[in-house]
Amino acid sequence: MLEIKNLHANINGKEILKGINLTVRPGEVHAIMGPNGSGKSTLSSVLAGHPSFTVTEGEVNFYGKNLLELSPEDRSREGVFLSFQYPVEIPGVSMVNFMRTAVNEHRKYKGLEPMSASDFLKLMREKKEVVELDNKLANRSVNEGFSGGEKKRNEIFQMAMLEPRLSILDETDSGLDIDALRIVANGVNRLKNADNASIVITHYQRLLDYIVPDFVHVLYKGRIVKSAGKELALELEEKGYDWIKKELGE
Amino acid sequence: MSNIEKSYIDIYRDCSSAIKKDCPDVLNACRDEAMCVFERMGLPSCGLENYRHTDLSKRFETDFGLDINRLGVKANPYTSFRCDVPGINSHLFFVVNDIFCEETDEAKAEIEALRESGVIVGSLLKCAAEYPEIVGKYYGKAADVESDSTVAFNTAFAKDGLFLYVPENVAVEKPIQLVNVMSASLDLMANSRNLIILEKGASAKLLVCGHTNSKVKFLANRVTEVFVDEGAVYEHYKLENTNDSMTNIGSLFIEQQAASNVLVNDITLHNGLTRNNVRINLNGEHAETVLCGMAIGDKKEHIDNFTYINHAKSNCNSRELYKYVLNDEATGVFAGRILVDKDSQKTVALQNNKNICGSATAKMYTKPQLEIYADDVKCSHGATVGQIDETALFYLRARGISEKEAKMLLMLAFTDDVIENIRLEALKTKIRHLVESRFRGESSKCNGCDICK
Repeated sequence: MLEIKNLHANINGKEILKGINLTVRPGEVHAIMGPNGSGKSTLSSVLAGHPSFTVTEGEVNFYGKNLLELSPEDRSREGVFLSFQYPVEIPGVSMVNFMRTAVNEHRKYKGLEPMSASDFLKLMREKKEVVELDNKLANRSVNEGFSGGEKKRNEIFQMAMLEPRLSILDETDSGLDIDALRIVANGVNRLKNADNASIVITHYQRLLDYIVPDFVHVLYKGRIVKSAGKELALELEEKGYDWIKKELGE
Repeated sequence: MSNIEKSYIDIYRDCSSAIKKDCPDVLNACRDEAMCVFERMGLPSCGLENYRHTDLSKRFETDFGLDINRLGVKANPYTSFRCDVPGINSHLFFVVNDIFCEETDEAKAEIEALRESGVIVGSLLKCAAEYPEIVGKYYGKAADVESDSTVAFNTAFAKDGLFLYVPENVAVEKPIQLVNVMSASLDLMANSRNLIILEKGASAKLLVCGHTNSKVKFLANRVTEVFVDEGAVYEHYKLENTNDSMTNIGSLFIEQQAASNVLVNDITLHNGLTRNNVRINLNGEHAETVLCGMAIGDKKEHIDNFTYINHAKSNCNSRELYKYVLNDEATGVFAGRILVDKDSQKTVALQNNKNICGSATAKMYTKPQLEIYADDVKCSHGATVGQIDETALFYLRARGISEKEAKMLLMLAFTDDVIENIRLEALKTKIRHLVESRFRGESSKCNGCDICK
């Protein structure tokens, strides 16, 4: 579904991604790990179409479409979902209005009629349960005054509403306590099926106890330097990243 | 003195007897003196500190007609003008150009209905003849002709407008709605005058809507005086929704006595050039004021809000919030003057002006101006000019919301705290809807309005 070939990207003239190659097939879970500043968040931002980054080389193919040519909104409508590391607070925009607009824009893209108000509220109720999102939160402004854990749950709630084909979870575990981590991970697992895939970006092995990856990749200095099965995460947890650096002859 | 100013002075001299004819003394008493002040001050131009970014004198260059003989417009606005803006249950009145429409069955019924509780409402011209002692006591006492030459101009020419008197401890439950309509086939200027008096413990809400029904050039120079006595509660909502060829000058003077409570919410959705002057005097302790407004400008629209809150007594509380969203080549101007007298201890005065310039060619000039002579006060002011929050914009787009729609949501959110200050739920819903249509570009017509269609 997703094929990244030799992807290079800059921010303010500084090259962060230096040739990423990655293939994701339906039903797979890929974990991307790596030390601070290796380019993990940049990769997710570039895939979602953040305007601050410039792609200088390479290509990204998503179900036969050139993803890099699409606007952020079209990428979302095609089924790419980014769970933000730092979800944005938007005072004055209600969660209900936000989600209704998003769901209906997705439907319009697929040539479907807007959802009726009652169907929409039913859908909201149903999906809120996936991450045990409090009713009160759904009636507030987007992320405004939400705790760190609530914000992350809200991301997964939005994922449940939009049913993406590919979800990129950018440090979804950061700032979560054990209980919230379990809830978020359960939510992600419930949404998993044979037709969708996830890229899980994380610092720690802990999240991968709950969301079990098929592949683990190590991103270092803008390149994927090592790929293996889930056992790689455990090895990293034990030995740290120095071991990889040594392997690379640094 | 420019030729324009001279020509208006000549018109006044030549027509002075026609202006004063059939007009009660209480309204005529201050005309000549006001004209002298106008002669001395001239029209406001950029040379004045309070008009640095708005050259009003240019707007008077058009050869406007003045309806001195009160020929008026024949049509009944109650049937020809369907304004759905409020869609709220109100006591509805019209001022067409500068004539209060009183002769229709609808207006008569409203006046009668209010009369039952002792409320006097109607044409200022008529009420000045019927109640000279009330009108004489208040007329011209708040609207300082020296404060602005457009106010002097209005005082010299104005004859009619809305008069409202609410006796002690009477609460007018339903809002009173005043629709100012400009209607003519030739360029026209209108000078109307509203006088609103709330006695002790009274309460009333007024919604003023500004509309126009044709594309000729209009200039409306309207003055409103409001007297809010001890413990009275007054809400003043103003909504301007006209077109590009309109110049609107609105001067609102409010005198507040002890423990009175006033809310002003001034919304400019659509207009060519707007200048609002709001001057509020807090003359008694524990008076409270909420003054807020918003302006949405695009094309070459120009919106200037000049506000002045005078904390003349201690223990008063004022909160001010203005927000602008400007696109294309629109210009916004805001001045917020707050004066705290040396004896006005325990004053709380908070002011905020936030603005978004959505294009590189939109301009915003903002000037907070706090003068504080007391030492035990809590005062703050803040002014920002910025663009739409890019991180929020990306967040919305990343969920599949188009850039245009996302910007609209963010602009709506930006102005929402001004709307939140509306105390009438039904009006809040309507205004929110109107602001949204404005951002969607469906602005020039308000739904269901025959004339705008």
